[in-house]
Amino acid sequence: MTQIEPVQLLLSKKERFDREPDRRSEDFHELLFDLESRGELVVQRVQGDYVTVPTKYGTPKKIQKGHLWHHKSCGQCGHIPGYSTSIFWIMRKLGYDYDDPRDQTSCTAWNYYASATSNQAAQAAVALRNFAAAYETGYFPLIHCGTSYGHYKEVRSELLHQPELRNQVRKVMEKLGKPMVLPEEIVHYSEWLYAMRDEIAATQVLDLKDIAVTVHPACHYYKLVEGDAIYDPDVYHGQRTAAVSGLVQTLGADLRSYSTFFDCCGFGFRHILVQRDFTRSFATLRKIEVMKEEANPDVVLTHDTGCVTALDKSQFSPQAHGRDVGVPVMSEAQFAALAMGAHPYKVCQLHWHSTNYKPLLEKMGIDWKAAWAEFEDELQHLKSGDKEFLTWEDVGV
Amino acid sequence: MRTVTEDPYMKVDRVAGHENVERASKVALMEEVFADPRLPHYLYGCYECGICVAACPSARFYDFSPRRIAQAAARRDIDLMFQQMEEDIWECSQCFSCLRCPRGNNPGGIITVMREVAVKNGLHSAQEALHGYSRIIFKIMSTGTQVSPDMLQPDAFPDWGPEVKDVSENLDLWRRALPPETHHTTKTGWAVADKTIVELYLIWLETGALDMIKQVDEGIHMILEEVMEERLEDEGIEI
Ligand code: SF4
Ligand code: SF4
Repeated sequence: MTQIEPVQLLLSKKERFDREPDRRSEDFHELLFDLESRGELVVQRVQGDYVTVPTKYGTPKKIQKGHLWHHKSCGQCGHIPGYSTSIFWIMRKLGYDYDDPRDQTSCTAWNYYASATSNQAAQAAVALRNFAAAYETGYFPLIHCGTSYGHYKEVRSELLHQPELRNQVRKVMEKLGKPMVLPEEIVHYSEWLYAMRDEIAATQVLDLKDIAVTVHPACHYYKLVEGDAIYDPDVYHGQRTAAVSGLVQTLGADLRSYSTFFDCCGFGFRHILVQRDFTRSFATLRKIEVMKEEANPDVVLTHDTGCVTALDKSQFSPQAHGRDVGVPVMSEAQFAALAMGAHPYKVCQLHWHSTNYKPLLEKMGIDWKAAWAEFEDELQHLKSGDKEFLTWEDVGV
Repeated sequence: MRTVTEDPYMKVDRVAGHENVERASKVALMEEVFADPRLPHYLYGCYECGICVAACPSARFYDFSPRRIAQAAARRDIDLMFQQMEEDIWECSQCFSCLRCPRGNNPGGIITVMREVAVKNGLHSAQEALHGYSRIIFKIMSTGTQVSPDMLQPDAFPDWGPEVKDVSENLDLWRRALPPETHHTTKTGWAVADKTIVELYLIWLETGALDMIKQVDEGIHMILEEVMEERLEDEGIEI
């Protein structure tokens, strides 16, 4: 009788896992173009002028400069409207054309990560519907929200690897009368700002060397499908994402590090809406207080809807507990727009923010009192019916 | 009485709790979790190194651990996974910091799948976690944008400071003071085209996403179904 070796016995009982030999996230392009050549989907190509940027594992990424389709963020447009307005304003100021579509839904991923009241096919169909809408206009998608960006990268990976999912989504898209489209690159607006940082700095009107900045990198930007995120050897030696920090450096501000940079903001998706005690505690104890103690920033910059919301709004009630809070929070788009001379209220819409940003404006050399008076003037015109809306012309672009 | 010696690697149900739930239904739920095509890419065993826990925001403030999630799933510990489904998964922040796992696991992703199964099967934890959240589900599914300017009400966000009141009092005017033409809305984040909404409704119906709501909030499901069917009917679309 043959004896079973104990180790064999053990192995026969043990759950086996097939690990992918290369843990780096793949360069998806090959698979994408292969599916295109087999007629399974259309790839919307980067067109016209573009900048090639470095990513985490070295795969080059093309960032189209103009003719962009703005995939907006519900949290930005709804609650931090100076965020999206600043992105548009910078693009206009630099002379690049774009489309701000109505044929766009949210990615619905905030809800998905909060409540799971959706499924893989629905999430993929929502993504592809938006991509098809962009494709139909000929403009290339630019994603405003970090969560949309991260989620769409996940959806892309699932679609590329799961034929059943593709078939399921294809049936839905046929019902909608839309083609299956994926863009050649999924691009976040902060990547566009990074790619354009020299053009932005060339139009800069404020000197920022005395402005101390800490950056909160957004989890869904660089943790989900991490191989797609920008890493630059000249920014933290390529060991942290260069999104936001690269722009801050180029603008000449005083970029300061702190130890909990990898921590999330505490947003939590469902927590920010229905369990904010967690959000407030995390944002205060693990982010704002650590930044203050270690780096004493004048401003916290980040590049996602949820992070601006969680870090800004969470600073009010901790004051009642005597916590060391009180640093303004905004997107790097608003900060860059200010540096380029944008109006703090008409463009950056800082009155929608909670934490006191006025000392920062003063340090930047912006007369916020005069600016507020100008904004109130505009409001008077709107109130009196002289005009219905503030326009791009009113803000000089 | 059962003792731990029955299977020393699995949690005993009287310790895991939820003994009143039949084992067969727990097994069925976990089979649903493991049948998800994403699962094989989210789990490769576990070193028990705790790197995910160190990175996890929820582990700092709750009795919660992504390591436990990965461990239970790797062992297929049915009773423990059920306990986690009822008691743990809604604490997760879905930040995906745990993707730092040196083994290549995605505990946050396992949780996404477990949550989906919890919702689909109307588990108590899902109903409890989403209590008070229904209005958001209604907003996103019916309008295509998740949060809207008119949600900024001081009674909804009393902890966000007096600025929320300023916004809500001036909402109409301040929205008109936004240069982007799509931003003059108060009920949605931006102006979404009618045809876009119709397409979104078709997606919810065709993929079964709408059906999922029924298990967690029948009332909201009914309203959503009515809104969507009426709209699609107006467009002459048969469901
Ligand atoms: S996704 Fe969830 S489990 Fe993973 S680190 Fe974030 S909060 Fe923790
Ligand atoms: S980081 Fe990965 S291997 Fe380490 S305990 Fe967590 S799941 Fe297990």
